[in-house]
Amino acid sequence: MAIESLSALLQKAEELECTLGEVVLLAEAADEQTDPQELLDRMTHYLGVMRAAVHRGIEEDIRSLSGLSGGAAKHLHQTSGTLLSGLARRAMTYSLAVIEVNAAMGKIIAAPTAGSSGILPGVILAVAEELQADEHRQAMALFTSAGIGQVIGQMASLSGAEGGCQAECGSASAMAAAAAVELARGTPKQAINASALALKNSLGLVCDPVAGLVEVPCVKRNAISALLALGAAELAMSGIESAIPMDEVIQAMGQIGRSMPVELRETAKGGLAQTPTGKKIASQLFEE
Amino acid sequence: MSTHRRLSVFDVIGPVMIGPSSSHTAGAARLGRLARELLGGQPESAVFTLYGSLASTYQGHGTDLALIGGVLGLATDDERIRDAKQLASEENLTYAFVPEHGSAGLVHPNMVRITLTKAKRKMEIVGASVGGGKVEVVELNGFPVSLRGEEHTIIVNSVDRPGVVTRLSALLSQHNVNIGNMAVSRAAKGQAVVMSIEIDSILEQHVLDQLGTIDGVERVTMLQKLR
Repeated sequence: MAIESLSALLQKAEELECTLGEVVLLAEAADEQTDPQELLDRMTHYLGVMRAAVHRGIEEDIRSLSGLSGGAAKHLHQTSGTLLSGLARRAMTYSLAVIEVNAAMGKIIAAPTAGSSGILPGVILAVAEELQADEHRQAMALFTSAGIGQVIGQMASLSGAEGGCQAECGSASAMAAAAAVELARGTPKQAINASALALKNSLGLVCDPVAGLVEVPCVKRNAISALLALGAAELAMSGIESAIPMDEVIQAMGQIGRSMPVELRETAKGGLAQTPTGKKIASQLFEE
Repeated sequence: MSTHRRLSVFDVIGPVMIGPSSSHTAGAARLGRLARELLGGQPESAVFTLYGSLASTYQGHGTDLALIGGVLGLATDDERIRDAKQLASEENLTYAFVPEHGSAGLVHPNMVRITLTKAKRKMEIVGASVGGGKVEVVELNGFPVSLRGEEHTIIVNSVDRPGVVTRLSALLSQHNVNIGNMAVSRAAKGQAVVMSIEIDSILEQHVLDQLGTIDGVERVTMLQKLR
């Protein structure tokens, strides 16, 4: 009962009158011949790791090995917003916290990758706090995200080296948008629409890390990708639909990734990595 | 991580790992650990020759710490990876890093050669970090292999002589061991052979000992599945 496409996943959820996350969990249990409870326990454990990373990132003084990142989440946590407040600002703060902990060799969950590991916890934990969704619902939202990610990985790619940042932060944003809709008790159709809206707005995003490190621009890209997920979820929840169905958006993402030059796929040979400042940072780091 | 095979939920969400990079940090720790298991315990010295993007960015990604941590037996989510150099000096492990910036013989963008010694024994692997924390050992003591640490695997060094494979598989089936996959590689006809045999369960020591007594078999190593 492998999930081949998101239209198939949606159909199944509508047929069974359940959430996307429930279909994903049951499909996984059937494929892996495991007890669903065991899978749920594992996901709940992962949720705990995510929560701990958020906590570290906003409370401790985090600094990466290179010194290029750290401290932004704590700063955001201790200050109040100018244009954004509440949920939106919190989602950015939490995303920053996790991705800064990642850059500082802390413990995180790759979701789907280490370089995009802030987006899902940022969105899910901030939305859950806002809507008072309990741990079980948060874990089920992660299964929803996983289902979106499975199809993206199977049809296109989840790797920056293969598909650019659209495959990492773009995918994470799409996964988080669907999770946010599910936590807000939207319909499965709205969840998939939200993922399509988020991924569409990440198409073409290149992977151009300065000095080849998972820091510039990855750290701040995580924060703003969380905001993108919330925006997409909000539109979808209000009934706005993506003109292009998610499965086709995924195919477009895969095709764009394949036509992306290798300089823009995690090699640090193009984009921001090759700006005068990007090159200066790299040469300073490598002199040491 | 792109493939048209089915991805599991935990291929997408996971692994639990120490950052910053699944390929440069988590994968590196896993390769270090595989090397340790293949040596069979704690080495006295380790030399890491880094190729491709590992050579240029290993310090910023903590690849060096992850490799040492792995060789010391730490899992990819062990927070002591950050202090691996300190740990190495406490455990009397000496180490060296040799970045190779050429691309000759590079079959994958992220590769490392790990040479470990313990007493008089020397063991060398070439491994690739293939993405998402997944790895593949592609060479073991000069022999082409394909080891991922995802299945329990028996590694057998033997002479190249007819009948060795038959005797091995007969003994395994006698003990009810199910073989999932088997690969044989040799440098040249009539020379030494390395076999890797994936099995469903961990082999008991007495069965391993028995395998070692088979005519033509020189050495048997049990490589357990890494979690």
